[in-house]
Amino acid sequence: MIGKHAVVKKLILHLALLIGVAVSMFPFYWLTVMATSTTSDIYKFPPKVTFGTELMTNIQNVLANIDFFGSFVNTVFVSTASTLLTLFFCSLAGFSFAKFDFPGKKVLFVLLLATMMIPGQLSLVPSFIIMQKLGWVGTYKSLIIPGMASAFGIFWMRQYAQGSIHDDLINAGRIDGCNHFRLFWNVALPILRPALAFLGIFTFIGSWNDYLWPLIILNNPEKYTLQITLSQLNGIYNTDYAMVMAGTLMATLPLIVMFLLVSRQFISDIAAGAIKD
Amino acid sequence: MSNLELATGRGRKQTGKYGSLWREIYRNKVIYLFISPFYILFAIFGLFPILFSFYLAFQKWDGIGEMQFVGLDQFRYLITDTVFWKAIWNTLEIWIYSTIPMLFFALVIAFLLNSAFLRYRNLYRIAYFLPNVTSIVAVAIIFGTLFGNTYGFLNFILTSFGLEPIEWLNSRFWLKIAIASMIVWRWTGYNAIIYLAGLQSIPTVLYEAARIDGASTVQTFFRITIPLLRPVILFTVITSTIGGMQIFTEPQILVGNGGGPNAEGMTIVLYLYQQAFTKNLFGYGSAVAWGLFVVIAVFSFINWKIVQRPES
Repeated sequence: MIGKHAVVKKLILHLALLIGVAVSMFPFYWLTVMATSTTSDIYKFPPKVTFGTELMTNIQNVLANIDFFGSFVNTVFVSTASTLLTLFFCSLAGFSFAKFDFPGKKVLFVLLLATMMIPGQLSLVPSFIIMQKLGWVGTYKSLIIPGMASAFGIFWMRQYAQGSIHDDLINAGRIDGCNHFRLFWNVALPILRPALAFLGIFTFIGSWNDYLWPLIILNNPEKYTLQITLSQLNGIYNTDYAMVMAGTLMATLPLIVMFLLVSRQFISDIAAGAIKD
Repeated sequence: MSNLELATGRGRKQTGKYGSLWREIYRNKVIYLFISPFYILFAIFGLFPILFSFYLAFQKWDGIGEMQFVGLDQFRYLITDTVFWKAIWNTLEIWIYSTIPMLFFALVIAFLLNSAFLRYRNLYRIAYFLPNVTSIVAVAIIFGTLFGNTYGFLNFILTSFGLEPIEWLNSRFWLKIAIASMIVWRWTGYNAIIYLAGLQSIPTVLYEAARIDGASTVQTFFRITIPLLRPVILFTVITSTIGGMQIFTEPQILVGNGGGPNAEGMTIVLYLYQQAFTKNLFGYGSAVAWGLFVVIAVFSFINWKIVQRPES
């Protein structure tokens, strides 16, 4: 009797969770249905809810109308450069805050945390003007450089470094004649690898999906990142929905695949970061 | 004093207060170099723009010609600008329609995921988190077809139940629901994952004690789970408030720079973008930015008040 009750309870539990999963997954399913159909299928009433056979045609239409691969390469470049620079500068500063004592350390760190409270949109207009003055409008420098030493990243690396790098290890390194940078590069970095992995993926996803700032800064279609190209595609060709959907699928899929490969650890880290705060 | 401090010579005899301070700073020059990138970048791309935007808010400027000092004119115009006020109310409405269901469903999902002996927990976590990885541009394009005025998938569902179709994108209320639903879809899983971690940090002893005392599941939920989860809930409320005040991409893709029919989808940041970057009103755009700042400050203050509230 009790066993039966537990089984029913488990079934209800999974049923409830699966309804949620269905809602979570439906837009992806619907995107794939539309990307594999013709535009007239999409406008049909009642709509077609099964996969079609037009994916290749739609992809060809995307490639004929926009420079998808160009945008793809641009996005990979911007995201990779942002990620590598962020990892370097944030781990260097985070390690320094965690493992060295120097005058003004507390004040500087509090200042750093305080900047996280400032909403970025406040400085949208003047940031654009600064980029104009520097001659950086339309270049990737304006997308990569301002955020490459993020306060969140430094905070994250410092938290991890504090708990994982032993003072003994630093002292041993010193005795072996390591200077500060060698201590960072040869002693700290290998230990910081798990924290670097999380920050790297977090930065990469954020950079890949960034929209407002690139929309303001990039003025030449040759330099567009995927999100800008996608919004242009939607704005200009939204009569050919099947093509727009194929483009959306192509721009979304790489990131989803990457996420699925690393998801387990990444999700745990997201949660850990929030709980620690 | 730790070994490290001894090794870095903090225990040495001091000669003159300021002399030793400067020596200490000089000796640590490499460390300052290591942490300097953040402060340099913040000064150029964070602090200076904010001060400059304060200056700009007093100027009339199209970004190319001469600046013209107009004093408080733009702020005076701002507080009588009906579209600006509409943008504030729209933003608040969308924020309420999205945050309440989002955090509610997140809590329910986390509670279910936390059930003992649940199998496939990791698969569930991934499935629920996946929407958060998708770009907002893609989400808005996909949801645009679900909420289509005539051919949309949701209207198909409604009509097949014999209900009247809704012109989602032309309606004052339903447009906000459409925008809010994208936020709910994209962020519920993220918040559920955070709640789940919070739940897992609650000692199981408490639940066992409650069970022995004969408490029902509902009682346990409201008497143990919710109070102990309070700091985590506050974290999610604060992050979703900051995010909610900055909604831009969803309405911009769904109904365009003008915010759709009657500007019903106009949000504060969309208005800022429209004024500054499509109409080239750089000065007025800065005034709008300061309006946004005040709105966020007011909400942060309210949040802070809630955090400060003593436990009853």
